[in-house]
Amino acid sequence: MKGLASILVAVTLLGTVPLITSSNVVLNFLVVVFLIALVGQGWNLLGGYGGQYSFGHAAFFGTGAYVTAILQVRYGINAWLGFCIGIAAGALIGTVIGALSFRSRLKGSYFALVTLAFAEVLRIMASVAPITGAGVGTLIKLDLRPEAFQFQSRAPFYWIVLGLVGVSLMLIRVIEDSRFGAYLVAVRENEDAAQALGVNTTIVKLGAMTISAAITAAGGCFYAQYFLFVDAAIAYGPWISIEALLAPIIGGIGTVFGPLLGALVVKTLGEFAKLATGDAPGLDLVIYGCVLVLVVAVAPRGVAGILSDLRHRLLPPKTAVPTSLERGSG
Amino acid sequence: MVERLLRVEHVSKRFGGLLALDRASFAAEVGRITALIGPNGAGKTTLFSIISGNLLPSEGSIVYDGANIEGEPPHRLARRGMVRTFQIAQPFTGLTVRENIAVGAHLSRPARADALAAAGDVAREVGLGELLDRPAATLTVAGRKRLELARALATEPRLLLLDEVLAGLNPSEIRDMVPVIRTVRNRGITIVMIEHVMQAVISLAERVVVLSEGRVIAEGPPEAIARDPHVVEAYLGHGAAARMMATGTAHA
Repeated sequence: MKGLASILVAVTLLGTVPLITSSNVVLNFLVVVFLIALVGQGWNLLGGYGGQYSFGHAAFFGTGAYVTAILQVRYGINAWLGFCIGIAAGALIGTVIGALSFRSRLKGSYFALVTLAFAEVLRIMASVAPITGAGVGTLIKLDLRPEAFQFQSRAPFYWIVLGLVGVSLMLIRVIEDSRFGAYLVAVRENEDAAQALGVNTTIVKLGAMTISAAITAAGGCFYAQYFLFVDAAIAYGPWISIEALLAPIIGGIGTVFGPLLGALVVKTLGEFAKLATGDAPGLDLVIYGCVLVLVVAVAPRGVAGILSDLRHRLLPPKTAVPTSLERGSG
Repeated sequence: MVERLLRVEHVSKRFGGLLALDRASFAAEVGRITALIGPNGAGKTTLFSIISGNLLPSEGSIVYDGANIEGEPPHRLARRGMVRTFQIAQPFTGLTVRENIAVGAHLSRPARADALAAAGDVAREVGLGELLDRPAATLTVAGRKRLELARALATEPRLLLLDEVLAGLNPSEIRDMVPVIRTVRNRGITIVMIEHVMQAVISLAERVVVLSEGRVIAEGPPEAIARDPHVVEAYLGHGAAARMMATGTAHA
């Protein structure tokens, strides 16, 4: 299929990085970039393709992280199995929040606020409930065996999160080229018109929310295994909801590679900001804010849009320039 | 006896104290064009919204293909072969013409390639063949109206509800569009259209239903409707028919 090849090439190239360098700083940086790309890809499906802007993707990230951690720590369940159950649990939360909001016909800012509220409710619950370790959080015991999803070096983690990003890229590409994807974009563009053409818009949005939540939850599960610690502020905090939407918006909303490009740009800027300001708390957020304003004002199609414009300028399109037969009336 | 694909039976609609529709009834015969006309505020669009499932009637029933369909959501009606277009065209502006039409074509074609191919065929049929890869946002009003029609046609409907597809077009654009609608009818698709452009109604419709103040005041072939004194009064005011008759006689 068209586009799958470029995903394979990109993932393969990125896969060689641990063979070239064993620098923990580089690998750690890229692992975080891929983690954000994964979380952002989840948001991108629902927000970029479906036009449903969520401010609460932390709900899915946190559920994935907590379920993975709690199953291991409290129930002794294998980490890999816990990882899979964590993704399923995130998807389930997505279905529930989606069913409640879409059946009530919530749109636009109302939908955004309700998702934010759900994430906050989960955060507050997690910070008091005994099962999550309440304010103390949940610490996963160090157990450096591959069976326990823990590794001596960073390289395996790197390849796993890169693999997850690769799968999410392909999944989005396949959806782009399917009836479901066409219906999802139709819902984004004009819900009434889509419905008039036979699209069950509620089911389409619900499907997108479920897949979106599963992708983002996979990021949460990975976070738990990589950092071996989860608490309410990390799992359900607004920081991850913001990262989830910032990466695709900056990278190119509604494009396959947008979240990956965006995560790379955002995290690189974040590192430079830290270097320049000597780790002043909150300053990276100021930088993010400025970049977001710039992107929305100057390049609303994000980095992916800039790249495609550049390509069109350097390689003129093959098709003939359209005649002036039917020119725009706004 | 002629088969009736759609029957509207004694439909009333109240918006608070306003009676928008007052026991309106009419039927659409298979393979024919039925035009719904009437002065502004007569309740045409309300009736259309009730038929297409966007609104519930306060009273009365809508029978489509032998089954009651009041309250059925639009997407299910579309699957049963009833599709509407909107008075103000609602293109998916971020998509190309082909992608727009493919959304309709997907109803009976799950595969993307099939839907895109079918979209090309439908586009050529309504005269959008040249513009397939254009963003829908760059179309003129006339282009948007054609796109609206093409998307609906791509669902392969049995009953097409056209809400003022000719409104906002200039006379030459109307002349181009009329044969397109006739071709659709000739393919065996039943059409119910709301239309203000009388010249088009007379040349297209086999049957005309006139709504005024929520009631059906006349129904029949277009030539008879144009001479009906009730219709003339509804459009031009009380006493207009009598005055026209008088001047007509004086000139004769």
